[in-house]
Amino acid sequence: MSAIASLAPDASTTALEAWLAEQTGKGLLRFLTCGSVDDGKSTLIGRLLYDSQLILDDQLASLRKESRNRTTGDEGIDFSLLVDGLTAEREQGITIDVAYRFFSTDKRKFIVADTPGHEQYTRNMATGASNADLAIVLIDARKGVLTQTRRHSFILSLIGVKHVVLAINKIDLVGYEEAVFNQIEAEYRHFARDLGFETLAAIPVSALRGDNILEASAAMPWYRGPQLVPYLEAIEVSQDRTAKPFRFPVQWVNRPNLDFRGFSGTIASGVVRVGDDVVVAASKKPARITRIVTMDGELDQAIAGQAVTLVIDREVDISRGDVLVHAGETPDVSTQVQARLIWMNDEHALPGRSYLLKIGSQQVPASITALKYKTNVNTLEQSPAKHLALNEVGTVTLATDKPIAFDSYGANPLTGSFILIDRITNATLGAGVIDFGLRRAQNLSYQSFDVNRQVRAEQKGQQAQIVWFTGLSGSGKSTVANLMEKRLTAEGRHAYILDGDNVRHGLNKDLGFTDEDRVENIRRVAEVARLMADAGLIVLVSFISPFRNERRLAREIAGDIPFTEVFVDTPIAVCEARDPKGLYARARRGEIKNFTGISSPYEAPETPDVVLEGGSKSPVQMADELYARMFGIEPEYSI
Amino acid sequence: MSGAFPRRTEPYMTSLAPRTLSHLQSLEAESIEIFREVAASFERPVMMYSIGKDSSVLLHLARKAFAPSRIPFPLLHIDTTWKFREMIAFRDRMAREHGFELLVHTNPDGLRDNINPFDHGSAVHTDIMKTQALRQALNAGKYDAAIGGARRDEEKSRAKERIFSHRNTSHAWDPKNQRPELWRIFNTRLAPGESMRVFPLSNWTELDIWTYIYSEGIEIPSLYFARKRPVVKRSGTLIMVDDARMPLEPGEVPSEEMVRFRTLGCYPLSGAIRSEAADLPSIIMEMQASRTSEREGRLIDSDQAGSMEKKKQEGYF
Repeated sequence: MSAIASLAPDASTTALEAWLAEQTGKGLLRFLTCGSVDDGKSTLIGRLLYDSQLILDDQLASLRKESRNRTTGDEGIDFSLLVDGLTAEREQGITIDVAYRFFSTDKRKFIVADTPGHEQYTRNMATGASNADLAIVLIDARKGVLTQTRRHSFILSLIGVKHVVLAINKIDLVGYEEAVFNQIEAEYRHFARDLGFETLAAIPVSALRGDNILEASAAMPWYRGPQLVPYLEAIEVSQDRTAKPFRFPVQWVNRPNLDFRGFSGTIASGVVRVGDDVVVAASKKPARITRIVTMDGELDQAIAGQAVTLVIDREVDISRGDVLVHAGETPDVSTQVQARLIWMNDEHALPGRSYLLKIGSQQVPASITALKYKTNVNTLEQSPAKHLALNEVGTVTLATDKPIAFDSYGANPLTGSFILIDRITNATLGAGVIDFGLRRAQNLSYQSFDVNRQVRAEQKGQQAQIVWFTGLSGSGKSTVANLMEKRLTAEGRHAYILDGDNVRHGLNKDLGFTDEDRVENIRRVAEVARLMADAGLIVLVSFISPFRNERRLAREIAGDIPFTEVFVDTPIAVCEARDPKGLYARARRGEIKNFTGISSPYEAPETPDVVLEGGSKSPVQMADELYARMFGIEPEYSI
Repeated sequence: MSGAFPRRTEPYMTSLAPRTLSHLQSLEAESIEIFREVAASFERPVMMYSIGKDSSVLLHLARKAFAPSRIPFPLLHIDTTWKFREMIAFRDRMAREHGFELLVHTNPDGLRDNINPFDHGSAVHTDIMKTQALRQALNAGKYDAAIGGARRDEEKSRAKERIFSHRNTSHAWDPKNQRPELWRIFNTRLAPGESMRVFPLSNWTELDIWTYIYSEGIEIPSLYFARKRPVVKRSGTLIMVDDARMPLEPGEVPSEEMVRFRTLGCYPLSGAIRSEAADLPSIIMEMQASRTSEREGRLIDSDQAGSMEKKKQEGYF
């Protein structure tokens, strides 16, 4: 295997053109390596890079130096040093994150995802698998099929990797024994029979010594199968994405001037041509494609994988998150789906909790409505569960706040896969594949209600909205909110105050003051505020709400309801001097723990909509000022 | 003289095979998708522009991503004041010709203290004039996404970095706590004060960059092409005498040698290689025959093992 087609130094531009054409014409195979700790994944990739002559002289020199005191092959090199890139990994001798490596042979280009073997990094392995066509599952011939081997194979199956090479490594350490190889292969095939792999090839190798990597090993005359690299060069893995229905998730609306409005995105599947009739998946609004625009000129047609800008023949409301499809080949549109979920965070997955779901360019709030069961990744047995822990896999139903357009993952991976994001920490919590949409939700989402928020609010002669007061205890929030409520009621408007007193004692009396409970407290209050505003009310929420993320959560839950964040900015010295409920004195004596401003921080808003200076203004002045800001009238102080 | 060369008559993207995309076409589409995701998901993106070949490809892809619109965010160059003179001229001409918004930032503290690679060494110079300067510029602009041209094949710690790579409020990278990045779904969410580094060229190799430059006719600074240039030898590395600030030993005279650069940065820190490759085909051929890695000519990486990872944790690109 010579990585690089030889080029004479005096080759002409024509020769280069030919060589470049060969390069660009080469196919690409993305694969990952997985298996248990110490099975030799990094060593195998290092071996592939070395044998494809991609290790350069300066790298080789520093490698030989670093390889002293380590297990090496005849070349005097510990190949794993090539890929274990992070200092922590070199110190601990393990691979903790996905590393991407590039090499090519005469026949193919390869991108390898080297993924972690250790159990706590199973999520990184799933990450590597999500963009791979093929997986090499490594097994240490001395140890056979391990728990982690099964776990990884199951995740490959879940993510939909269809081609597997079982590399039975360190075969030199079991004396190149055929019986060992046969026994491991048989055990794995038995385990993998229900995992849906289209191809499965078992190859006995020694990554360290190079046996059966490039050429047949002289030490294993009993083995008649293919060698690893020739097998990777030849295997047919491509799925014809152009043969699937046309799916175009709109990523970005391209509007340089009033004369041009295009929809930019990458074609997830199928083919689109000028003149095609398309519909917006969610709204079912039809349109016709008039132009396919790129910087290199306009195209007559574009295929799966291409990033283009589509122009249509009429004014249709289309924005990021919409999916353009061919009429007659529409995807599911629903607010409820059944999916398989792999959990990737220390915080458990809990039914009922609100997450953000991102699928293609659509991002919507969603929650797990039911955790049907979790799957034991070692035995593939299903068992009931109340939550999913890190690295666990479960089958769930999900409800989204707005309908999403999707296909089943089996039919179309790019429009059937999603991630769940934590609304507070923004961490990627889990990844899922959709099995199918749930019909009853479809029916529900298609019902249109004539009575909506606007109608209800107009009935009361007002605009429904949420006014969220934040500030220290004793800053004057509730006093100002009360004055506002009186004034609005006197004017015939309909307002309502939500504060600690009427919520903590009822709806939220099960909640304490731990971090989790505080977040849940705010979430419930924000949801109630949203419901009340949806009923047409002006909702005045008076909560200390000391953390920015909590307030942001409240704003997000409000969605499209007008939301005004009012910061009652009263210095703590003033609040403490007032101390209407004697709380500051008790906090100072240590009788109240986690008291905001004393023993727990208050994060002042960075960009509040309204700031009321509670240190220098009276409650009446502040209420007047707020009223003026809300209704666009210059403040006239009544005092 | 810049490195213009005749553009191939046929634009690359129109030579489409009917049912599949070639390797380069796939890479191009993936990068364009990443650019658009940034424009759609962040309020204040910025693109790092360092004038080199990777930046030139990045600029080309950004133009493609948003055409017929202009690039909807500014390009930021961190100017250490020690760049090759030709780079600065090239930068300004590109901004004029392509009509993008160009921002240039130099660390005023470093300028005041006359920080330079000769008196203070490459580590101090790089920290103050590049890393600190970058943080100043990102803070001042309140940018929530900074697009860079790093590739995973460049260096071992880069190979592990996400395409959308999260940074905390002090611009630091936590390699042990990266967000899983599955399929093409990018988690772009940030808390206030946090930011994202985004790398549209993550999956490109150096060879991909060169073949794409060739196929697309992308202009790059002529410093990449071999010419007679005045050089002196410093700790085994050929350094070009680009201006009068280069201190010479008593009696030392720069020699005119046929050299070119594989990477461009501060001229006192960019090692030249002896080469006859004066055009793109020769460069690509020379690269294919080459047995040393690209970053070897970059003096900052060889200070210590793991030095790139350390710099990245501190906020370097």
